[in-house]
Amino acid sequence: MSFPWAKPYEPTHPLMKWMDEKLPIPRLVYNATGPGYPVPRNLNYFWNFGVLAGAALMIQIITGIVLAMHYAANASVAFNSVEHIMRDVNAGWFIRYAHMNGASMFFIVVYLHIFRGLYYGSYKAPREMVWLLGVVIFLLMMATAFMGYVLPWGQMSFWGAQVITGFFSAIPIVGEPVREWLLGGFVPDNATLNRFFSLHYLLPFVILGVIILHIWALHIPGSSNPTGIEVKDEQDTVPFHPYYTAKDGFGVGIFLLIFVALTFFSPNALGHADNYIPANSLSTPAHIVPEWYFLPFYAILKAFTFNFLWIDAKLWGVIAMFGSIALLFFLPWLDSSPIKSSNYRPLYRIFFWILVVDVLLLGWCGMQPAEQPWVILSQLGAIYYFAHFLVILPIVSRIERPLPMPNSITEAVLAKHATDTSSASATA
Amino acid sequence: MVRPLGFLVGLGFITALVLAIFTTPLSNEANVAHEFHKHPRHLKLASDGIVLPHWDKAQLQRGMQVYKEVCSACHSLHLVAFRDIADFGYTEGQIKTFAKGFQVPSINPDTGEPATRDGLPSDYFPSPYANETAARAANNNALPPDLSLITKAREGGKDYVYSLLTGFQNPPKNLPAELKPGTGLHYNPYFGNLNLAMAPPLAPNQVTYADGTKATVDQMSKDVTAFLVWTAEPKLIKRIQVGYAVFFFLLIFTVLTYLSYRNIWADKKH
Repeated sequence: MSFPWAKPYEPTHPLMKWMDEKLPIPRLVYNATGPGYPVPRNLNYFWNFGVLAGAALMIQIITGIVLAMHYAANASVAFNSVEHIMRDVNAGWFIRYAHMNGASMFFIVVYLHIFRGLYYGSYKAPREMVWLLGVVIFLLMMATAFMGYVLPWGQMSFWGAQVITGFFSAIPIVGEPVREWLLGGFVPDNATLNRFFSLHYLLPFVILGVIILHIWALHIPGSSNPTGIEVKDEQDTVPFHPYYTAKDGFGVGIFLLIFVALTFFSPNALGHADNYIPANSLSTPAHIVPEWYFLPFYAILKAFTFNFLWIDAKLWGVIAMFGSIALLFFLPWLDSSPIKSSNYRPLYRIFFWILVVDVLLLGWCGMQPAEQPWVILSQLGAIYYFAHFLVILPIVSRIERPLPMPNSITEAVLAKHATDTSSASATA
Repeated sequence: MVRPLGFLVGLGFITALVLAIFTTPLSNEANVAHEFHKHPRHLKLASDGIVLPHWDKAQLQRGMQVYKEVCSACHSLHLVAFRDIADFGYTEGQIKTFAKGFQVPSINPDTGEPATRDGLPSDYFPSPYANETAARAANNNALPPDLSLITKAREGGKDYVYSLLTGFQNPPKNLPAELKPGTGLHYNPYFGNLNLAMAPPLAPNQVTYADGTKATVDQMSKDVTAFLVWTAEPKLIKRIQVGYAVFFFLLIFTVLTYLSYRNIWADKKH
């Protein structure tokens, strides 16, 4: 599962030799994240986000386990138990705010990780499995984050659970029974809170398992790189350790600085005031809005306002919202261009940036009430979203004429340095 | 196979959306209340921001006095214990005396009947009503919210609370009839639907401040809002202070990791 020039693991210490014969975990670590794993030498900072996502997951698991020691998953005391953590538990306010903002940080780095994959064609052969497992992780993250948001049992928790489980009732005939089965009742209540807590504790470990598969699948072909050209020989690569452990260490530092600034100086900036009001099934908030990381999908859901082909608008919205994520599973086969990196795809690159703007626009629209011009903007945004993946991308990959490409990673690196020095001497 | 199928699915979604665009009216229903609604006025407090925020202890003491003498007639504060007010500079003895001034629900140890006893520092501020039904019965069917988290639980936070307290006024002449306050309601342009069940709670000199501060409506509103910022998050100042320490520690860590990164890569073009 590695290149022939990968440094072999040769333990010298008797204890390490003994360990290697019995349970070769040091060998695994050496070959996976140590000097035994050769990585392209030209990775830019966008390749930091995988490690950062892993760091974010670990922060969520550690803070989450501590929170679970003090939290009570019972509808009558859940809200107050969170305030107990905020007020009475030693450093509880820090653990709770870190967990709350850690979820946002996790989604920020994962979104950047996904868009990195879209720009540099990381989903293409031979890495389709890495991409597919990544989409599974993304779906699990969304489920985990949604259920976690219900646990404080504030107004947005309750009404978010009401709205999101309501999606299932759009399905004809079986929808309503399925919804009641998921909730354990007709409305979110104690049964819902308890099962969501149980699953919210379980799913992060499932995510961890799929992440191991994601990394395993990645290590078969090895990491992609900004040129999209596969590794040809030893001079194209550097050992993961110390080169990328050092670079990732710096990345983790920047990540933590932003995380800490958010957690300590503005912990409620990404939340909703309504979630500091205890859940009340008799009082509906004026605007029910999900957490920011769901907003683009929420906008797609709300964009469908017309009954078409015997399917009512609500069901269209639900199908489109799930479809907008499900289509990512087909992306490796929708894009038939053999060129991976957008640096050499002049046409695709334009549509990629339109997609970035489109998703940001959808996110903005998702936050707004169902009024004009937000409705029409989310409709236009949703049209582009589906058109991008299902219509434009297959056509572009057929008609596009790629730019000339270097022969190898090393050639690209040396060419870049040659122009750097010539422009430097020109300015001198 | 994937591409033609995807193309058809895409066309399906796009057609549904194009039809949705043409069937959705482009103009919004007029929202008259919107025109009269005002944005909260900014209130500056010592605990604001991240540049050396601190609790203004004198103001918190005054604010608590306003809560105790005015707001607590209708509003509970069930997340705050008497012991917590040590933050305002009170001594243990003063807190004990303060707590003793409240009667808290208890059980008669001889009969098991509900009773009351003097408050202890470990007790929480008692609620003015036994339950929600009693609260609604006494307030024209409106429920006075608990104030513990109010500055975090409303859009606009402290600015909103301050503006609401100082925002009671006569309805403007051009206010449409359907927006005029009904019986038992009071016009306040900072409130969502303009008409609030709470009567103007503060009048000039309603409390007498021990430190001689003049008790104007504006002053009392500022003080009680400052107090409610504290009740919503007693750990706010500590949070900022710890944040600075953690941030600077990480800044040094990040600089060191950057230098070691540059050092390790010095001989590699990339």
